[in-house]
Amino acid sequence: MGASTIGRGMGASTVGDELRCLIAADTDVVQARQAGRELAAEVGFSAGDQTVIAAAISEIARNILMYAKRGEVRFTTVIDGTRQGLVVVAEDDGPGIRDVSRAMQDGYSTSGGLGLGLPGARRLMDEFEVVSAPGQGTRVTMRKWKRTNV
Amino acid sequence: MVKKDVPPPQQDPQAGTESTQALLRELVAHLRQNRTQLREEWARRITRAQLLTAMTEEEIFAEATSVYDNYVEALETGTFEALQAYARNLSERIIPRGVETHEVVGIVLLLRDVLARSLFAKYHEDFNKLNRILDAYEPAANRIANTVAVGFVQERERIIRQQQEAIRELSTPVLQVRERLLILPIIGVIDPQRNRQLTEQLLRAIRTNRAKVVVIDITGVAAMDSNVANQLVQTVEASRLLGATVIVTGLSPEIAQTLVTIGVDLSEMTTVGDLQGGIEEAERLLGYKVIPYAEATQQA
Amino acid sequence: MEVPILKQGHYLIASIQSALSDADLSKLREALIARVGKFRARGVIVDVTALDVMDSFAVRTLRDIAHMARLRGAETVIVGIQPEVAFAMVQLGLTLKGIATALDLEEGLAFLDRQGHGRIDDRSGHGRIDRG
Repeated sequence: MGASTIGRGMGASTVGDELRCLIAADTDVVQARQAGRELAAEVGFSAGDQTVIAAAISEIARNILMYAKRGEVRFTTVIDGTRQGLVVVAEDDGPGIRDVSRAMQDGYSTSGGLGLGLPGARRLMDEFEVVSAPGQGTRVTMRKWKRTNV
Repeated sequence: MVKKDVPPPQQDPQAGTESTQALLRELVAHLRQNRTQLREEWARRITRAQLLTAMTEEEIFAEATSVYDNYVEALETGTFEALQAYARNLSERIIPRGVETHEVVGIVLLLRDVLARSLFAKYHEDFNKLNRILDAYEPAANRIANTVAVGFVQERERIIRQQQEAIRELSTPVLQVRERLLILPIIGVIDPQRNRQLTEQLLRAIRTNRAKVVVIDITGVAAMDSNVANQLVQTVEASRLLGATVIVTGLSPEIAQTLVTIGVDLSEMTTVGDLQGGIEEAERLLGYKVIPYAEATQQA
Repeated sequence: MEVPILKQGHYLIASIQSALSDADLSKLREALIARVGKFRARGVIVDVTALDVMDSFAVRTLRDIAHMARLRGAETVIVGIQPEVAFAMVQLGLTLKGIATALDLEEGLAFLDRQGHGRIDDRSGHGRIDRG
């Protein structure tokens, strides 16, 4: 089974420095989302957007821990023309996702049932891409752009 | 005019940039020499074409002078940054006066024509030379027209965005009418951006005012697509997380239908027909009792 | 990270002081459930003012707490959800449906009082702090 990709537009852009967070324990999830929040604050995201970004990171980082036991979250700031944004990449060498499109479906039950939190995270971010296949690990890439006024 | 039998203008590969430069220099000299009358001719044409009616003749002449000089300079230097900056600056000044895009494009094209005519007049005896001068002039003139028009349009768009933002701010007031009661009247078109702003403002207001009831009035909203309807539901849910009850008033049958279509259980959302009724219901929830004035003064 | 749990009459108040990892949240859940049973508490207040993010695990945990507390006869109120957090939650699709929420501790206590769960402790009017 080949790697499946579900993506939403990722154009060319200039990239800043990269920040990496190792995910191996649940305290790392907290650290990763706080690092993400701080970086978002530096880019100039509003408080609301910072929280949204932190929540998305939390979901994705937890996935790494739960399914792959170990992985990495990388942050980069980007400038694409006149807009600024944050890119978050979560990568692991875990078992991978068999059916990415199903995992992306909104079967996220409000009674807190099991789910990868992918559809939720996708709703929070502007761009979202998952590359995964059984035995080939998983890489989730998400981007959020700062809302510019004028 | 005597028509000479001339061969078609040759594409002389040797006559590259340098010759063009020389021609442009000659052109620029001509434009500078005849600055006064060309500028006047242009201003006359602008008035005749009934452009820039928002400005007085003196103002037109003053701006025409600046534009003319910038135009000639752009031709001379071949660089357009200064012209771009001037175009933006000019736009910033004239847009609030009500000058429109077609007017700006119009006057720049008129200037191009006035200058071209003067070139015809000067070189009409040397058809070859005229052609070569026009070859040098036309690309530069067109680029100038483009630069000015685009600069104007960009400035216009920037101002419009600014105004839209200001309107958004103004038209989303969260009103505190009673202790613990907030009213949010929504008027007009809601786009996702405005919606998010509305929600953020409301949630912050709930916190600041320790509101227990919020009345969201959508009487003034004509229609709602499912995205915006979803956002309304989210606003209601988020308010509840802050401990506030939300009453939605002014729900039209169309919007009610949209909500049902996206799967909202209307029995879960507190809705009242109109704003007045909504406020009364809110007061009831808050434990207010409205007593007649006479009774109140008796008790005092 | 231990979450202090205060007993106030028949209520338990858990005041979260800072960001909690998944393990911390689970420990809090266990501690609260144990105390609800031990003290026959009638109300549980979880103050999440200090949480700057509430993701699916946090919400699941709060739901578990509320569910289990209810099985033991106690009503749960979640207080102090920040505006930005609430906004992110609804976008993520997380709801606390069926669980009471209030603006802050004061409102939370008022809510429980109104429900008639009783704040006054027969034996002592003082609160005790239990380390969670």
